[in-house]
Amino acid sequence: MIVENSKVILSVKNLTAEVEGVQILKGVNLEVKAGEVHAIMGPNGSGKSTFSKVLAGHPDYAVTGGEVIFKGQNLLELPPEERSRAGVFLAFQYPLEIPGVTNSDFLRLAYNTLQKQKGLAELDLLDFDDYVQDKLKVVEMNPSFLSRSVNEGFSGGEKKRNEILQMAILEPKLAILDETDSGLDIDALRIVSNGVNQLSTAENCTVLITHYQRLLDYIVPDFIHVMESGKIVLTGGKELALELESRGYDWITEEVKV
Amino acid sequence: MIDLFVQDLLSQQPNFDHAPAWLKSLRANASDRLNYLKFPTTKDEEWRNNNFSELKDIALTTVDSIVEEPITNPIHILDDHILPESAESLITFIDGRFSHEFSALEGLPTGVFIGSFKNFTHLGIDLAASLFPHIGKYADPEDFFVALNTACIDDIAVVYIPKNLNFAPTLQLLFVSHQGSISQPRCLIIVESGGSLNLVESYIGQDSPHFCNTVTEIYLGANARINHTKVQRESDTAIWISHCAIAQERSSSYTKNAIVLGAKKSRTNLQVQQLGEHTETNLNGLTLIGGEQISDTHTAIAHNFPNGNSQQLHKCIADERSHCIFNGKILVAQAAQLTNSKQLSRNLLLSPKARIDTKPQLEIFADNVKCAHGATISQIDADELFYLQSRCIDLESARKLLTYAFAAEVISKIPVDSLRETLSEVVLAKTH
Repeated sequence: MIVENSKVILSVKNLTAEVEGVQILKGVNLEVKAGEVHAIMGPNGSGKSTFSKVLAGHPDYAVTGGEVIFKGQNLLELPPEERSRAGVFLAFQYPLEIPGVTNSDFLRLAYNTLQKQKGLAELDLLDFDDYVQDKLKVVEMNPSFLSRSVNEGFSGGEKKRNEILQMAILEPKLAILDETDSGLDIDALRIVSNGVNQLSTAENCTVLITHYQRLLDYIVPDFIHVMESGKIVLTGGKELALELESRGYDWITEEVKV
Repeated sequence: MIDLFVQDLLSQQPNFDHAPAWLKSLRANASDRLNYLKFPTTKDEEWRNNNFSELKDIALTTVDSIVEEPITNPIHILDDHILPESAESLITFIDGRFSHEFSALEGLPTGVFIGSFKNFTHLGIDLAASLFPHIGKYADPEDFFVALNTACIDDIAVVYIPKNLNFAPTLQLLFVSHQGSISQPRCLIIVESGGSLNLVESYIGQDSPHFCNTVTEIYLGANARINHTKVQRESDTAIWISHCAIAQERSSSYTKNAIVLGAKKSRTNLQVQQLGEHTETNLNGLTLIGGEQISDTHTAIAHNFPNGNSQQLHKCIADERSHCIFNGKILVAQAAQLTNSKQLSRNLLLSPKARIDTKPQLEIFADNVKCAHGATISQIDADELFYLQSRCIDLESARKLLTYAFAAEVISKIPVDSLRETLSEVVLAKTH
């Protein structure tokens, strides 16, 4: 939702970044305020996923220029764990499997690290279990997933639900969802979207990265940005998604060239 | 020409006059073999990565079996290693000799024997007839260290589970090496047909140089089951060589979880013979070492009959300047049609100076079999680290967690709760 006079949470100015010497981001500008949901769309290879990884601090991507201010703080000078502790959350397009670590141990470690950072009490096994039970409802997840290894043997949909569960537990200020809809059937898409909508408040903000309009039927954005060749080239309201769905991305590519 | 090291060792042996005739001849035969068996060097293919020649330079003493004074030194290290699950089914051998004081064998079921062979009393069962045929039968007699162990047998830890008896408690065999000693523990485990046993074999040592050369022979009758966990937590200055030979009759099932954490140099030999159809063998191994440690594991599973199954997972984690070696042989004889065998060797390098050598070795003579094998050597995955970091976990903790997770796959298979928990803690403490 667009809230009058709300605080800017994320401000990206002229951001450029490269991977293995190849420039991918060529001057990205974006401002996201509390309460807002932004969608970044665009063709394959336009730099959408790179943008999300740069924000989360993936070591393979080198920032070559520009600035990213998150809640008044220079995000780029923080290591990835400091960014997540400050309230940046990236839901992965391909969540990793970690055999040998149970989901509940992993979630508790992440949660308690954050609690410690905030100077709050860490939760023991039992208290954390109570805490998680409520969060499971957000993504309609079976508690049996807690005792399994992180993402190991999970279906595509279960992995994405697990990502949103992590988001529910860590309560970030900025959630970046990287192609969260990819590989989801219609039921899983509904559940994951419901989860994201439940977690969206006037205090936090969401950036959806997606290729398809489909997700935006479930999570309605306040703004849609189109990324092309490492830049945001077009910004509009939610109606832009429909136009993109019917006309594709080619016309934008053409217009950018002109 | 007999090796000087061997000559020295044999000459230190106590007087064996009181031993039974079958044991005397077993020892004498092994001594004879030591006349032509050579001390293995890096020129021998099976030993090329691990050199034990320093054994010859170390002045170690054997324990004189005539002196019966109790050894009090190891007591304080014992407590940490006795499993609560085995409070009433524990045998302890100190420097290769049975210790009454630290063994607890209360109310064993009728027909079960656990203890030193010297105390083997079985109503109606002749000692020589029931034990002798098994001793020295399965462990390769032509192996130098097996021959050395056999030539010096003074005591034998014997476990005898009679037909169709399910021995419910976890049985622990605890072997303690004392400072500056050579200990050569010998074990014989017999589970007669239809019987079952959950066994934990633990090796610990005082923090001083010593040499432990152990031989364990295991016989499973038809349909027998053994779950065998072997944990080596020797001191960092010890040299440890272990042979374990397993003979499995038809439809028996043997599962091994072998954990190697200690010793400056260690060598594990594991040989499994399937002696009948529908036999199942599961081997899980974890070696986690650092510093200058070297650990070498050689396993061999011989499928000799149709419809045999085997599964093997061996994991090595090498930190600092350590060196792990794994050699896993799977033999499928021509008669062993419809064998189903899987082997996986997974290895983790934690430091640029660490080294891992792995060698899966399949020899298949049957044409209708399913055999899969694989080997990987890698570092901790950078994307996995980033995933954890993006969930608030710092790099150091993420590394630790991923290393622990790599090891946990093997540890989680151990069917003894307290041991699983202890080892998890030890592994977490070691992964820094």
